[in-house]
Amino acid sequence: MPAPLLEMRQIVKSFGSLRANDRIDFEVRAGETHALLGENGAGKTTLMNILYGLYQPDSGEIYWKGEKITLHSPRDAIRHRIGMIHQHLMLVPNLTVLENVLVGLRSPKAPLLPVRETLSRLEDFAVQYGLSVDPARKVKELPLGLQQRVEILKALFRGADLLILDEPTAVLSPLEVEELFAVLKNLVSKGVSIIFISHKLDEVLRISDRITVLRQGKRIGTLEAGHATREILTEMMVGRSIALDRSFPKGAAAQPILELKNVSLIRPKVGRILKNISLTLHRGEILGVAGIDGNGQEELADVVCGLIPYSEGQMLIEGCPVLNPTPQKMKAAGLGYVPADRQRVGLVRNFSVAHNLVLKSLDDPPFNAYGFVQEKVVRLNAQQMIAEFDIRATDPLQPVEQLSGGNQQKVILGRELKLATRLLVAVHPTRGLDVGATESVRRFLYSQKERGVGILLISADLDELLAMSDRIAVMFRGEILGIVPGERAFLPAISRMMLGEHLEAVVQ
Amino acid sequence: MEEFLWVSFLVSLLAAGVRLATPLFFAALGGITNELSGVLNIGLEGMMVAGTFGAYIGALLSGSEWGGALGGMLAGGLLGLLFAFLSITLGGDQVVLGTGLNIFALGLTSFFFRSMYKAGISQFVPSFQAWNVPLLSDIPIIGQIFFRQVPLVYMAYMLIPTATLILYKTTWGLELRCCGEHPRAAETVGIDVIKMRYFALVLSGMLAGLGGTFLSLGQISAFTEGLVSGRGFIALAAVIFGRWRPPNVALACLLFGVADALQLRLQGFGLPIRYEFLLMFPYLLTLITFILFVNRGDAPAALGKPYPER
Repeated sequence: MPAPLLEMRQIVKSFGSLRANDRIDFEVRAGETHALLGENGAGKTTLMNILYGLYQPDSGEIYWKGEKITLHSPRDAIRHRIGMIHQHLMLVPNLTVLENVLVGLRSPKAPLLPVRETLSRLEDFAVQYGLSVDPARKVKELPLGLQQRVEILKALFRGADLLILDEPTAVLSPLEVEELFAVLKNLVSKGVSIIFISHKLDEVLRISDRITVLRQGKRIGTLEAGHATREILTEMMVGRSIALDRSFPKGAAAQPILELKNVSLIRPKVGRILKNISLTLHRGEILGVAGIDGNGQEELADVVCGLIPYSEGQMLIEGCPVLNPTPQKMKAAGLGYVPADRQRVGLVRNFSVAHNLVLKSLDDPPFNAYGFVQEKVVRLNAQQMIAEFDIRATDPLQPVEQLSGGNQQKVILGRELKLATRLLVAVHPTRGLDVGATESVRRFLYSQKERGVGILLISADLDELLAMSDRIAVMFRGEILGIVPGERAFLPAISRMMLGEHLEAVVQ
Repeated sequence: MEEFLWVSFLVSLLAAGVRLATPLFFAALGGITNELSGVLNIGLEGMMVAGTFGAYIGALLSGSEWGGALGGMLAGGLLGLLFAFLSITLGGDQVVLGTGLNIFALGLTSFFFRSMYKAGISQFVPSFQAWNVPLLSDIPIIGQIFFRQVPLVYMAYMLIPTATLILYKTTWGLELRCCGEHPRAAETVGIDVIKMRYFALVLSGMLAGLGGTFLSLGQISAFTEGLVSGRGFIALAAVIFGRWRPPNVALACLLFGVADALQLRLQGFGLPIRYEFLLMFPYLLTLITFILFVNRGDAPAALGKPYPER
């Protein structure tokens, strides 16, 4: 058997007291697609950043094409023909596609940029790999799927025998995922090896030849994709078996809680962000909102929460119109809000868990008396909620930024669920959370539904929407193109609406 | 006759405007460089101040105005290096550091100057003399305005296309801009962001120092305190006004230069306004520029943010 293309031996990397990589062995054979699977924080990205020269390992060795190498910086990795597509794309939005591909490359026409040569090479690549994209466009004008294509082009331009893709499908629509997989298969057939990082089981099973699972910084095992099943992989990832994708019982009362009638949001110079949104949310209903990021979902949430005044239309709560909604009015009406960006919007990161838990109630008794914050009550409340929501904190006074993402989310959920007596708006509530935390967040949301609260669930994760929602509304460019029952049978219709087809067209 | 007076007034106004715009342009070009690399340099003013004094010392020691220019660039460059160390290596807040640098440069030059000359009056040193460009200076009006200047002005003319070419058409320029837009992306394609920003700041200091040189050796042939008096900030405004493009920034500098020249001439007209108000004119223009243009959104995306993030 020939030596593997890449061998990483006994890699150790610590950050402070955290062992992100604990004696990890990892190998990639020439021409294979090797998936690296694991929950968030399992150490996948750390391992790959070591391979790309962004981090230096504390100990361990890397063999590349049979020779031991040391990677001090990405420059070394590029020199060895290792390319990486980062989870957060490393593109400059204000520069053109061409400039992004060119930057950092040595020019045959130095010091001038080799514009014409690059354009013709880009055309070759478009034909050879099916990667076409307009080189004169600015990157910020492109949809994420195309931006990712630019990243792949960038890596190929530098010459890549091994391409690392870190969570490449996280930001893509179902159709874009298909396109990406086609491109990857094409690359493999041209002799490129691929490391595919993901925590999505279906994708991993579909695309890879072999799968290595990491958990808490350790390598759990490597298996042939043919021998793997969802159940085996989950147990390897989580360390226990978890019921996957369990659907929650559905059904809701017919009593409307929130009604939007032809609500529009117009921004000067930008245009209509929301176009004639009409929807009704009932008691005990979960209404899912699907759509590719940036199609107005987050603005819809902000409008419902009173954070942005809408330009036209009407909003009613239990049949009563809400005039000029503000966050205070909506809170008083019994609304809770789990924002998309939990670190920047949902929490004050260097405040304690206890204070974050009462952030919205600091003016209300019993947390406030005569204008003074009642620290004892605040702390007592925190102790109760830490127990109730299973928040893993060492102390109620621990700064919230020291908690893991899942526990930060539980702090927000705890606070907002207490406020949400009628209505809860949750935006990407499980984004970036691992399987265990996701499961408990979903359970908390569901218990709220059972108490009769109406939930507007905005998510980019179609599996989550299908598992939880009674109905699913699909947004595209600020418009609701259709509302369908939350059943898997409607998945194709939802996917097509996400790309801009109206429900009527989809049904025909 | 009246018409002739107007023409000669305008010609001398514009010629003076070009002269006054030149030190602004050198400093602004420095500002473009460091801002495109992602560092906000409020310290341009201080670098110019260091330049005025360095140029004076250089001319004094070497006996030549070109030695003075070297001294001015050296002084500005050293300050740029200091700024780079504090802001990049130690990760200090760039606005605070820049402000500190301005005060530091003022204090340091005053200290050296006063310990050299107890009376507070400097010696005269060799300075740049106007040099008429053959043929071009004979063109009516245009020649009088643009081509009867000191050599540093011609250097500024040449720098406009050269800098545009370097910043926007070369690999180095693209790498520099990438550092200012998305330093992490720059690092992933193998660019040494730290080195790039150090280099940009030293270069910026040298250019601002050259601007300072122009003030002490291009207009007068001596050093006095307060020669710069806010021109570094005006240059900063010109960078924003000109959207980081050398030709546009040069035009913005010209506008400020002409405003300055106009203000000087109006003082001589005996208008019924106190001259202090006229003195305010270029600064008022700067302020208005800042208000109108500062938030237009095409600034380098990572401007003012330390890298690596801490």
